[in-house]
Amino acid sequence: MNRIAKKFQALNKTERKALIPYITAGDPDLAATEALILKMAECGADIIELGVPFSDPMADGPVIQRATERALTKGTKLIDILDLVSRVRKVSQVPIVLFSYFNPLLQFGLEKLAKKAAEVGIDGVLVTDLSPEEAGNFLSILCRYNLDMIFLLAPTSSDERIAKVTKLARGFIYAVSRTGITGIQQTLSDTVVELVLRIRKHSNLPIAVGFGISSREQVKEVCCYADGAIVGSRIVAEIEACKDQTQLLEKIGSLIQELASD
Amino acid sequence: MENLKKILEEKTTDLNNDAINWPDSGGHFGNYGGCYVPEILMHPLEELTTAYQKAQKDPEFINELKHLLKAYVGRPTPLFLAQRLTEYIGGAKIYLKREDLNHTGAHKINNALGQILLARRMGKKRIIAETGAGQHGVATATVCALMNTQCRVYMGTEDMRRQSLNVFRMRLLGAEVVGVDAGSRTLKDAINEALRDWVTNINTTYYLLGSALGPHPYPQMVRDFQAIIGQEARAQILELEGSLPNLLIACVGGGSNAIGLFSEFLKDSNVEMVGVEAGGRGKELGEHAARFHFAGGGRPGVLQGTFSYVLQDLDGQIAATHSISAGLDYPAIGPEHAYLHDSERVSYVTASDNEALEAFQLLAKLEGILPALESSHAVAYAIKAAARLSKNQVVVVNLSGRGDKDVHTVADVLGVEL
Ligand SMILES: Cc1ncc(COP(=O)(O)O)c(C=O)c1O
Repeated sequence: MNRIAKKFQALNKTERKALIPYITAGDPDLAATEALILKMAECGADIIELGVPFSDPMADGPVIQRATERALTKGTKLIDILDLVSRVRKVSQVPIVLFSYFNPLLQFGLEKLAKKAAEVGIDGVLVTDLSPEEAGNFLSILCRYNLDMIFLLAPTSSDERIAKVTKLARGFIYAVSRTGITGIQQTLSDTVVELVLRIRKHSNLPIAVGFGISSREQVKEVCCYADGAIVGSRIVAEIEACKDQTQLLEKIGSLIQELASD
Repeated sequence: MENLKKILEEKTTDLNNDAINWPDSGGHFGNYGGCYVPEILMHPLEELTTAYQKAQKDPEFINELKHLLKAYVGRPTPLFLAQRLTEYIGGAKIYLKREDLNHTGAHKINNALGQILLARRMGKKRIIAETGAGQHGVATATVCALMNTQCRVYMGTEDMRRQSLNVFRMRLLGAEVVGVDAGSRTLKDAINEALRDWVTNINTTYYLLGSALGPHPYPQMVRDFQAIIGQEARAQILELEGSLPNLLIACVGGGSNAIGLFSEFLKDSNVEMVGVEAGGRGKELGEHAARFHFAGGGRPGVLQGTFSYVLQDLDGQIAATHSISAGLDYPAIGPEHAYLHDSERVSYVTASDNEALEAFQLLAKLEGILPALESSHAVAYAIKAAARLSKNQVVVVNLSGRGDKDVHTVADVLGVEL
């Protein structure tokens, strides 16, 4: 059993739900990313989604677009992100999912990536723009290295698609809360409850809800019917707003504590 | 030895036969194409594919499109023998397929019209589009006015600057033009923004994509709507010359005017075809838009929904591009061109900014035609190619658009103050 499955099992035993923060690697720089992962894990993050910056983030809103730009300006490269994870693994077993657009992975080499990712201790990979229809080859490579491919399902996914995707999915399923791009939103739509129920009919995998979740109340709301909540833009916006680097860890640490609190 | 030769020959014919039947049901042209998009878009794209397949077989749809292409766009466009240009070069006969004479001044309207009829059938009330040179934006704004449909066009702010005339045209036509300030502020960034709008407003909105790019079914659909160019040209040249042309030439941005001319001739193995990419002002990454130029950073990759040749750095970050023509200034090429390139059915060359500028001026003086700077790239290569061919050979150049929109740019480069 890998770290993701173990984590959900442990949460299940204590009837808790997963808090899954997203950050873009290299924003504001890789040293900060490394420290942030450890801090978030210490403050109650159950799984970390680690974003690989890509020049053309077509599924992302302005907050993550700007984070991506900052990371790329700093020269953040995939190989350095992988090395960072190996350093994290020396002190923490928090499950880490690599979150990326397809092209940077493809150019790195899918086989090489999977091998290296397994070596450094990455647990799963989520590729925003890799549809299940195109994922076959990468999926079988990841399987060989015992890495989970995490799939997204959206309110627009038909029941046929849900049936198809849940057959391929590993680790957990990422239910997208709404049609749209990443970003903060005030109220969650009702469609996501329906989506989670539709997915449940087809799969026993844990389901985490993401896109637009930005407050403790929303995390709690989502966790009434799902197994976890993914919080991205809210955290990335906080990183952006923090002008004093020495306070970054404290700020993000207390944000995670707040989001994770009952 | 003989055997090997035979197998090789068989293989090439196979490829040629194949070329007509692509894409497969997943939108692949060989390995290229496909559907690389976030899950939110998958079902809407399936719906679009189904709606398109139905429309294609519906006589009502076909007849309405035919009627509007004739009565509104002004088709068929002439195939014009450029006599003075031919004499000036002293080689092959040069024919121009006059897509510049279409209503709105470019081939883009062929596709815009087809897609707006499809959008109406699908009950979509809001249209979004991206534009580079502004020709697709103008075509979309035009058909939206015609169909009384709400229209928003995304355009990079750099393109808005160099194609300001078209920005004003779109606004006159009632479209909302939204400037995109991200990245290189050109076509690629406009497409990102249009995709973001689309995923957000998926239920009400139709994305009217302007080139043979993006996820399935767009590359196929746009090709099919542009195929009228080649269908007409083939019949016209047979009537004028009694035989097929030796060579077809078209500029390639995303690839829609080129595939529109080529597709009808793919089965004619004696007809050579050349796509002309923007050579820009240098060979280094960032100085051109030549996706098939390996040393210049062009390699297979995934951008904006499709697997094709993409200008990128070693880490897979998409590169900046440069071309004097906004319509060719894009880091990826339509997936069918990637397939035609690898199968060697079509050759791809470049024309530089300067060559295009010279061709622009030459065609103006010799034929009284101001070509779009995009089309000027095709003319520039035609000048070279015709010189190498004999007088009894025939070249057809796709004059994809007219150059009025580019007069400011050309004046700027020539140091003329207007
Ligand atoms: C006149 C003209 N020709 C060519 C192009 C390039 O597009 P495509 O390669 O899709 O024909 C454009 C794009 O804006 C254009 O306006």
